[in-house]
Amino acid sequence: METAPKPGRGAPPKDGEPQAKRKKPRRYWEEEAAPAAAGASPGPPRKKAKTRDPRPPRSKSVRIAKKSRFCQKPQTPKNAPDQKKKPQRTLSGAQDPFPGPAPAPVEEARKFCRIDKSRALPHSKPKTRSRLETAEAQEEEASVRAARAELLLTEEPGFLEGEDGEDTAKILQTDIVEAVDIASAAKHFDLNLRQFGPYRLNYSRTGRHLALGGRRGHVAALDWVTKKLMCEINVMEAVQDIHFLHSEALLAVAQNRWLYIYDNQGIELHCIRRCDRATRLEFLPFHFLLATCSETGFLTYLDVSVGKIVTALNARAGRLSVMAQNPYNAVIHLGHSNGTVSLWSPAVKEPLAKILCHRGAVRAVAVDSTGTYMATSGLDHQLKIFDLRGTFQPLSARTLPQGAGHLAFSQRGLLAAGMGDVVNIWTGQGQASSPSLEQPYLTHRLSGRVHGLQFCPFEDVLGVGHSGGISSMLVPGSAEPNFDGLENNPYRSRKQRQEWEVKALLEKVPAELICLDPRALAEVDVVSLEQQKKERIERLGYDPDAKAAFQPKAKQKGRSSTASLVKRKRKVMDQEHRDKVRQSLEQQQQQQKQETSKPTGARPSALDRFVR
Amino acid sequence: MKVKMLSRNPDNYVRETKLDIQRVPRNYDPTLHPFEVPREYVRALNATKLERVFAKPFLASLDGHRDGVNCLAKHPKSLSTVLSGACDGEVKIWNLTKRKCVRTIQAHEGFVRGICTRFCGTSFFTVGDDKTVKQWRMDGPGCGEEEEPLHTILGKTVYTGIDHHWKDPAFATCGQQVDIWDEQRTNPICSMNWGFDSISSVKFNPIETYLLGSCASDRNIVLYDMRQATPLKKVILDMRTNTICWNPMEAFHFTAANEDYNLYTFDMRALDMPVMVHMDHVSAVLDVDYSPTGKEFVSASFDKSIRIFPVDKSRSREVYHTKRMQHVICVKWTSDSKYIMCGSDEMNIRLWKANASEKLGVLTSREKAANDYNQKLKEKFQYHPHVKRIARHRHLPKSIYSQIQEQRVMREARRRKEMNRRKHSKPGSVPIVSERKKHVVAVVK
Repeated sequence: METAPKPGRGAPPKDGEPQAKRKKPRRYWEEEAAPAAAGASPGPPRKKAKTRDPRPPRSKSVRIAKKSRFCQKPQTPKNAPDQKKKPQRTLSGAQDPFPGPAPAPVEEARKFCRIDKSRALPHSKPKTRSRLETAEAQEEEASVRAARAELLLTEEPGFLEGEDGEDTAKILQTDIVEAVDIASAAKHFDLNLRQFGPYRLNYSRTGRHLALGGRRGHVAALDWVTKKLMCEINVMEAVQDIHFLHSEALLAVAQNRWLYIYDNQGIELHCIRRCDRATRLEFLPFHFLLATCSETGFLTYLDVSVGKIVTALNARAGRLSVMAQNPYNAVIHLGHSNGTVSLWSPAVKEPLAKILCHRGAVRAVAVDSTGTYMATSGLDHQLKIFDLRGTFQPLSARTLPQGAGHLAFSQRGLLAAGMGDVVNIWTGQGQASSPSLEQPYLTHRLSGRVHGLQFCPFEDVLGVGHSGGISSMLVPGSAEPNFDGLENNPYRSRKQRQEWEVKALLEKVPAELICLDPRALAEVDVVSLEQQKKERIERLGYDPDAKAAFQPKAKQKGRSSTASLVKRKRKVMDQEHRDKVRQSLEQQQQQQKQETSKPTGARPSALDRFVR
Repeated sequence: MKVKMLSRNPDNYVRETKLDIQRVPRNYDPTLHPFEVPREYVRALNATKLERVFAKPFLASLDGHRDGVNCLAKHPKSLSTVLSGACDGEVKIWNLTKRKCVRTIQAHEGFVRGICTRFCGTSFFTVGDDKTVKQWRMDGPGCGEEEEPLHTILGKTVYTGIDHHWKDPAFATCGQQVDIWDEQRTNPICSMNWGFDSISSVKFNPIETYLLGSCASDRNIVLYDMRQATPLKKVILDMRTNTICWNPMEAFHFTAANEDYNLYTFDMRALDMPVMVHMDHVSAVLDVDYSPTGKEFVSASFDKSIRIFPVDKSRSREVYHTKRMQHVICVKWTSDSKYIMCGSDEMNIRLWKANASEKLGVLTSREKAANDYNQKLKEKFQYHPHVKRIARHRHLPKSIYSQIQEQRVMREARRRKEMNRRKHSKPGSVPIVSERKKHVVAVVK
């Protein structure tokens, strides 16, 4: 370390280099030869992504500094003297074993980063520019801080691993139940409810409560963790779907004729006759909208906070019975019998997008929690995964012997599919990757045909409603381990729930703001800005922001004669003219290039001669 | 087979006893907090609405004067003390916390034209229509004593304004000329004039303390240096300036309250073009005073309202008016930058909050945090049309409202005419003159 690299370069010291003379400080959990043997990290190998190296080499922090526009200025000069006089002693003589700022994990900081650093800042006035730079620096600082706070998360996600070569799909639920602790084993249960036929189910947003609705009218809500029944009624009518509203106190039930809302005592609160013959329900929790799709082909949005119908959209595609919401942008995905999936927002009368997914009808749609992937299954027995980030292209597809009738994504991106009486679960290669459809992660056979599927939020549990009742499967690693107490707290008290409810109602997002990109609201509205500018120029008769004509400065000693002034003016004018010509030439060349590189398209047709 | 299930111990997530506070584990993962931007937008909208709901700026009215309040002065050391001079020659000293008059002096015959405090806060000076300058003790006379000035200077002409030096025992008066006085002498050290018109106000620069600015009724603003016998330079505007005020933080800037309804912020070093033209008033601006932060100033106008302008904006951020407030003659921003006082024609001094929706009193840390958060949100979404509309909305009295409309029509007509003239004349012969350059007639050195 005597030949410390210059701070600007920040080249990491190679392994072959002689180690520093002073012994490196060692954390108590580190092994003796920790820096040498990089592979011997403590803990199971699957956590490698999570484990941070306890004392990242100096170069790492330098690298952060180099990347960020913000840290660069204050840190570089600070590092330089820091590295020169290594042993920094305090008054007491004690040394700081971990000098410098706390390391910030780069990978995690990227997750929190809200700015696109690849885009250069717009060319603007110095004042605006400095303000933009400050804002960007603040965002970056916030992301680094949030990443540092990751250290404080207490829980680790679950996992299931076969011993060498063992297929996890072969592992039975009973094996898992035997292997796990009692508290987790209690989460596996079956409700034998053969009498009231195939069941739909829904977990509340905190994951504490479970609502189930049987085809033959059986409606029940229970706290499934303590197995305490909240209500149980028979509505004496066919139940198509059941869904919790924003909290566990309200329950929407799509019955044969109309939509009903019950409270957690089973008392009928509302009967909404304008939502008739609803087949599927979805609740948009931040907009307080209950979306229903009906047999009559309407997609209806009901604002449950004021009890008004926001819009009723006619999908013009016959009976609607396949619906999913995108939790990232609150867009509703409808599956149609012609194999398309259409994306809807209450602000627009037409679908935002239509995706042709299958050759037959679409049977099920599910969207993952980051809004990146959509899984669809159709009558052509295909299961496909689409990328929703722009192009809507299929990423992977797989033909299933029976075809999946129900699909569900978990919080950590596991995909469950119900095929007949079998449930298959696929997992991806890591966080935020699409599930790979080659090898299932788990399979389970039930005692009846699957009729409803949902992963429980914040618990490693998959709830399956089938013709024989309800079963709760254990799926290790499906749920987000660390909840946020201010959003969805499974352990919240009554007071906390009330407080949360008031806050949530206060910040109810208007339905008009639903669009494909929820961050669009924070972007600059370039179109209307340019429109305004145009109007202003028209109104004023001149462009107030235009560059003023060049005015030569007065000079001393006879150099400001009229001739020299004209000469200087001419010089600047010529320069500008040359620039303009050069630019237009470049543009022309580019256009030509594009035209030549453009494929000629289809074969020439005989009808081409009529094209004007 | 290796398996681990997610299994939480409830003891880590619920409080142990009722006396504890609830545990709130946080996870800042963006996927757990969807709709970040729309939710923040809604919060910003709510914060803006609440700001308008809680905008109750009027605090108190101090009544007691028997004629219009002509001048106000702040106490340099005590926040709660305010001095005011009225048109009947009476000077009152007020206690703002009690909102009571603590002392009344019949200082002059006729108007009290100007009042200023000494930098140490022990005495104050008044000038009046009776051609005298009087120095008074700040604390009242003892029991049984007569109320008498410390010193009285008899002048030859009427003095219209007075200001005290920020550090030295010297003060300046204005009238037909600007006089610099030593406190100990009865004759001015020097008198300066440039032209022959009456000078309405004189102000010492708070940082370059030897500099003075004055404005005269022959439409010019003149700068002086106390150490030399002649004025430095002057700028001539379209119409006459009533008062000027120096920016206390960036002391090379000063703002002039003009008769043409506008305020002009000048840079002392480049007087040929004002840094900013502040326009919103619909009648002559009579007084202006800076906030101690130097970021904003308040102006009083003949149109019965006071307005608060940010220094770098041409439009006002706030307008205060009440039904009973008549032409506002003088205005002051208190030294803690929280309140504004204005004295008006109908004999009252009114106390306003500088920030209309601010909650007074001690805030808890949570309140402060919420306040800061809301402030940031409002700032972030201030350009969204919905937020902007709510934040900008002010109720105006009908007279002001209709005058604004009328002046808009007039301005539009003038602009159209100029545009037409430009269109039908030789290119370049009708140049585009910016608003800032339009009002300056000349700069003389």
